[in-house]
Amino acid sequence: MFAETPFVRDKRRSETTAKWVFFAMAGSMILPLLLIVVFLFVKAAPSLRVDFLLDIPRRGMTEGGIWPAFVGTIYLVFISLAVSAPIGILAAVYLNEYARDNWLNRLINLAVINLAGVPSIVHALFGLGAFVYAARFGYSILSASLTLAIMTLPVIIASTREALASVPMSFREACWNVGATRWQTIRSVVLPNSISGILTGVILQVSRAAGETAPIMFTGAVFFKAVQKGDLFAYNLNEQCMALSMHLYTISTQVPGVRESVPFATAVVLLGSVLLVNAAAIALRAHMRARKKW
Amino acid sequence: MSEPPPPCLTTRDLNLWYAKFQALINVTLDIRHGIITSLIGPSGCGKTTLLRCFNRVNERYGYVTTTGEIRILNKNIYDPDVSLVELRKSVGMVFQRPNPLPISVYENVVFGLRIHHPRGTLTRPEMDDAVERALTEVGLWKDLKDHLDRKATTLQLEQQQKLCIARLLPLKPEVILMDEPCSALDVEGTRAIEELMFALKGRYTIVIVTHNMAQARRASDECIFMLLGELIEHSRTEDLFLNPKNPRTAEYIEGRYG
Repeated sequence: MFAETPFVRDKRRSETTAKWVFFAMAGSMILPLLLIVVFLFVKAAPSLRVDFLLDIPRRGMTEGGIWPAFVGTIYLVFISLAVSAPIGILAAVYLNEYARDNWLNRLINLAVINLAGVPSIVHALFGLGAFVYAARFGYSILSASLTLAIMTLPVIIASTREALASVPMSFREACWNVGATRWQTIRSVVLPNSISGILTGVILQVSRAAGETAPIMFTGAVFFKAVQKGDLFAYNLNEQCMALSMHLYTISTQVPGVRESVPFATAVVLLGSVLLVNAAAIALRAHMRARKKW
Repeated sequence: MSEPPPPCLTTRDLNLWYAKFQALINVTLDIRHGIITSLIGPSGCGKTTLLRCFNRVNERYGYVTTTGEIRILNKNIYDPDVSLVELRKSVGMVFQRPNPLPISVYENVVFGLRIHHPRGTLTRPEMDDAVERALTEVGLWKDLKDHLDRKATTLQLEQQQKLCIARLLPLKPEVILMDEPCSALDVEGTRAIEELMFALKGRYTIVIVTHNMAQARRASDECIFMLLGELIEHSRTEDLFLNPKNPRTAEYIEGRYG
């Protein structure tokens, strides 16, 4: 009675195999991350000092620190998100809360999806044509930030829509049925309950904006720029700037005689600051999650 | 029998389409003031659609086309001078799953008031008074008066549903629409909500959609039977259940289909 037949045994075995294969694939994700981090830190160790962060590159970029590139990246990331976050969030609110299913809104959706699929080198060319030349912003932080903003915009729209869609429909119904307008509903119920998801989506774009090289190379990042050591307000909007991603590329491939640990230390700073921002995003999300319950 | 109360809510030749699908066909009815009217019928017969017409909230759910007229207190709600905000203020709705907002009990009750008053024109005593009166009316005041800052989503389901009803009251509605208000509740909760309906009738006209024929029989004064978008029969509840005039009504209440 109820004994296992050979057919059932085979099924059970393939079930076990399948589970382990799937687990192995998922589990193998840990390995590359661990290897990257360990490898980077070991290689970078000789150069990792606070002064490496605060100092400017010296001796034709073969020695010294990375301060101008670090500040440049902060400028680019901050300005590009300051532009793309409000536009993206408002657009997503329209698409999720107001838009009905008609040809215009389908067209907008299509545009957003396709914009997300444009390769960054094409964004770079577009930025060059639109901001550097047509808008006459020149090769500048402004042009580079705007190019990055356009690149991050579709992803911000998508993540914001997801956050908005996770607010239960019943909350909106509750509002509508006491006579709230759509805007009152959005302001008093939808946004307060989705703001943590929206912010997380925006902050996760920091890593993309900080890591992209092509768009800023074409529009405003330079090889070298002389600034004061440790000066946080090193650049003007209409100036070109250095950036970590570009700097990493330059010292790794274009400059002879750089100490081996310098590019790795640069990578550690780039990765470290991005991970730090992401961790902050997760903490913020956890904090805001804890305050809401449904 | 006493003089029947005047109609509060009437429809004439009401037709409604969701895109190409006709969900309501020539519905003409008079719902009298201050009583409980139940809408029954099998799934997809248009009960909920009809209910959502009464405060025009259907229009928020997608493309609907409507012809015919709906009058509330003798005003056609499709007239161009009708403000949806004002309409929904006097015709409130209660849902199947209690949907308190994830804010405090107090804020839930004054939510409607805040929506309808310019910022800064509501005084604290006014709001306190509204909260006490609304919660007293639905029988929650005794239990919750010391927990007004509690998050509404942490209450028991029955309390949540009562709170959802209380949320409508500060706006002084004429009509309260209820879309299967007890289907998420247990026996005790159902009884409590039905008792509350009895307590509220008279002051408010109550229209309730229900899947539960026994509930319609217990808890309503008049009953409307709908089938495939049409109104089949509308009469006093006891007449409808004891002497249905239409054979399709008879078959439905006997449970031949559902």
